[in-house]
Amino acid sequence: MDLSQSRTRQAIITLGLLSGALILFTGAVGMIAAFHEREVVNDFITLGQLVLLITPFIFGYTAANRLGMTGESPTSVIGGGIIIGLLTTLPTTLLLLFNSDEFRFLLDWSLRLAPFVVATAIAWRLHRQNVETFTLIGSWLLAAVLIGIVTFSLALIFEVKGELRSVLVNINRDWVEVVTFDNRKDLMRGIFVFSLASAVAGFVGSLCYYVPRTPRRAMFYGLSVTLLVGAFGETVRLVLQENLERDTLNQLFRRDTLRQNAALGLLVVSTVIGYLWAAFGDRARQGFQNLGGQQRQTTQMIGTVLFVAVLLMLPWLIGRTLSDVAVTIGLFVLMGLGLNIAIGLAGLLDLGYVTNYAVGAYILAVMTSIGPLGLMKGTFSFWMVIPIALLAAMFAGFIFAVPVLRMRGDYLAIATLGFGEIIGKLAISDWLKPLIGGAQGVQAIPKPIFLGTELRNPEQLYYIVLVACLVTLFVSIRLNNSRTGRQWMAIREDEDVATAMGIDTARAKLLAFTLSAATGGVAGAIFAAKVGSVFPNSFTVFISINVLSLIIVGGIASNPGIVVGAVVLIGLPELLREFSDFRFLLYGALLIMMMINRPQGLIPTKIVTHEMRAGVKAKVAAGD
Amino acid sequence: MALLEVKEIHTYYGNIHALKGISFEVDSGEIIALIGANGAGKTTTLRTISGLMEPRDGTVHYDGDDISGARADLLVSKGISMVPEGRGVFAKLTVEENLDMGAYTRRDKGIKDDLDRVFELFPRLEERKKQFAGTMSGGEQQMLAIARALMSNPRLLLLDEPSMGLAPVLVDGVFDTVQRIKNEGVTILLVEQNAHMALQIADRGYVLQSGEVALSDTAANLQQNETVQKTYLGID
Repeated sequence: MDLSQSRTRQAIITLGLLSGALILFTGAVGMIAAFHEREVVNDFITLGQLVLLITPFIFGYTAANRLGMTGESPTSVIGGGIIIGLLTTLPTTLLLLFNSDEFRFLLDWSLRLAPFVVATAIAWRLHRQNVETFTLIGSWLLAAVLIGIVTFSLALIFEVKGELRSVLVNINRDWVEVVTFDNRKDLMRGIFVFSLASAVAGFVGSLCYYVPRTPRRAMFYGLSVTLLVGAFGETVRLVLQENLERDTLNQLFRRDTLRQNAALGLLVVSTVIGYLWAAFGDRARQGFQNLGGQQRQTTQMIGTVLFVAVLLMLPWLIGRTLSDVAVTIGLFVLMGLGLNIAIGLAGLLDLGYVTNYAVGAYILAVMTSIGPLGLMKGTFSFWMVIPIALLAAMFAGFIFAVPVLRMRGDYLAIATLGFGEIIGKLAISDWLKPLIGGAQGVQAIPKPIFLGTELRNPEQLYYIVLVACLVTLFVSIRLNNSRTGRQWMAIREDEDVATAMGIDTARAKLLAFTLSAATGGVAGAIFAAKVGSVFPNSFTVFISINVLSLIIVGGIASNPGIVVGAVVLIGLPELLREFSDFRFLLYGALLIMMMINRPQGLIPTKIVTHEMRAGVKAKVAAGD
Repeated sequence: MALLEVKEIHTYYGNIHALKGISFEVDSGEIIALIGANGAGKTTTLRTISGLMEPRDGTVHYDGDDISGARADLLVSKGISMVPEGRGVFAKLTVEENLDMGAYTRRDKGIKDDLDRVFELFPRLEERKKQFAGTMSGGEQQMLAIARALMSNPRLLLLDEPSMGLAPVLVDGVFDTVQRIKNEGVTILLVEQNAHMALQIADRGYVLQSGEVALSDTAANLQQNETVQKTYLGID
């Protein structure tokens, strides 16, 4: 087979244009220019450039995998990689040309010609399907007119506004600077460099297909570790700052970016480690499996002790800024574990989880505040209110569960979504304003005091969250292995059969909602004490969505998965604050990618992994 | 006195009149077969008895008590246990956990003994007790569904289409088991499309047709009945 094969050609063109569209899109929303501000390796590559190069690399590799699997020759596989690299630059190059003064006429002409070209292409397709001549002409005219209206309006807009930039605000100098690899002055040269770099990236990507599995994995591992450390240079530096001499640190970093030799060293070291892991990791795991019960338990025990020790020392290891992030992550772990009771165990899709968070936060705020809205002014301490917040949230969970008990699936989700909104509106309402301050919220919430010390730093608050998380985790594991937990799973699997087993489903669901709400209340209370004030706009539907997403990304019903999900979905965005404009865009992209490539979540439970594998097997058996 | 007495029950799905006055009796220690075509109302009858559906009219008496419209989860502790259509095992629970759910209503010490009893009846389940139910074959799942129903220590077992979707060899096995369960003193109400097999092990049978009892007789007589032979046994 060769490149002339239409299927191969089609696959390459599709992937190439997809990659190109991605680059164009990220550029047009301003991501590439924003990412350019952050250097990955000092004086070598920025995050923006990295996006430009890694995209054709990944698509080149994907294409090579796909083509190689169908038995294409190495020439066409690697040729495909190069073509993908070039196609990646195509849309961006066109936009660059349209944007320049010299080639502006290209845009005008393409806008004029587009209706005819596209209409003819459509007509040609129809013609090959033996459509009648009359219909053919009709559809040609229709397509030409419809597309003509669009392009004509576009042309008009550009005519009036003069520059592309006035319509596409992010197609500006900064963007041109990045995509031409600093050759803004000499556009042709810039396009050449860009295309060459992208073609090389696609080429290297497709080449990777021919590297044997173990070294390839080592390489990918080394590369991703280095690039991640580079991209999160600021964070890594903050961590190292707590533990390294200033001079050593300055040798590794120049301000917040990795120095070139440090990056090279890291690349080598992590690749070697990656190689060892790829080569011997399976054997090590096998060895662990083969250990006797006693030994295995000891090993696991040591692992757990080490893990807990790290958790206990974390604030010292990572410093203040990151401890603050850790506290936020912890709060979401807490909520994730709680919501998981409803969603993961009982299969009740609750989209109003923010309710419990808000109830906990406002209870703590009103009961401990020393400001004008405080009810008790200092009589209640943080520690006394935490159980009250927990009970109040449970009560709220119970009350909201009663009317929706008979609902299932989608209907339940929508009803709970409604409750979440109601709480938001209540918090901001005039009706409750005398009590909880309306839009102004409640201020002057004192910090928790522990043995005479005011816990005002995130390093200290971290321990409160840690204890809460560990307790919840313990309860959650116990629930998982109890009849109560299994009764929920039975309802999740089949409500009718569960009833036929003698399970009182109404009671079980109420219990699930009530227990699920508890941790939300605690998280809300800690949040209120941490921030020192409570505002209604902290309690939007996004909290519910965030908690739900982290459960799904981590792996539904999987406790370790929830922790990892919280780190990825809550931690990473906190570390990428400067790009917060793109937060939800990336968030959405991540969710879509996850659902396509790893629907079982990052750390799925045993049974889900099993099911996925069974699904794949069934597909293979069906010849799909 | 009959263990189960169904009198003139009328059950509806919304406006659809599914059961149009069905009456029958099940005596203690019997196997009773309800046979009939798709949509005759067999499953609806079982769901009405087990409390998953409520009859709009008519009564169901169990052990002398009126249980019409009683809550399904409460009937389990009274000794009525159901093996649902399509088996309904909890796929994401292990075999052991499924069996524990079967004993959900019980807190007594006897659970352990009953577990041993069902493992004796189905040795295959003991081998696979740590396996997720969803990963087992159809036959094994049917065994599990029956075993799970037995875990509540029932006096009356409602079996809904136990042969559905099973290979003929396995069907024989399932019916053997049903007979053995009967010999242990459990009364069985069996709903089946496979009339041939059902009538072989049943004592008496009722033929349902569009929500009504069309025929009732001993199983032996039904097997000889010309209409039954033509319609349900495929004998011309």
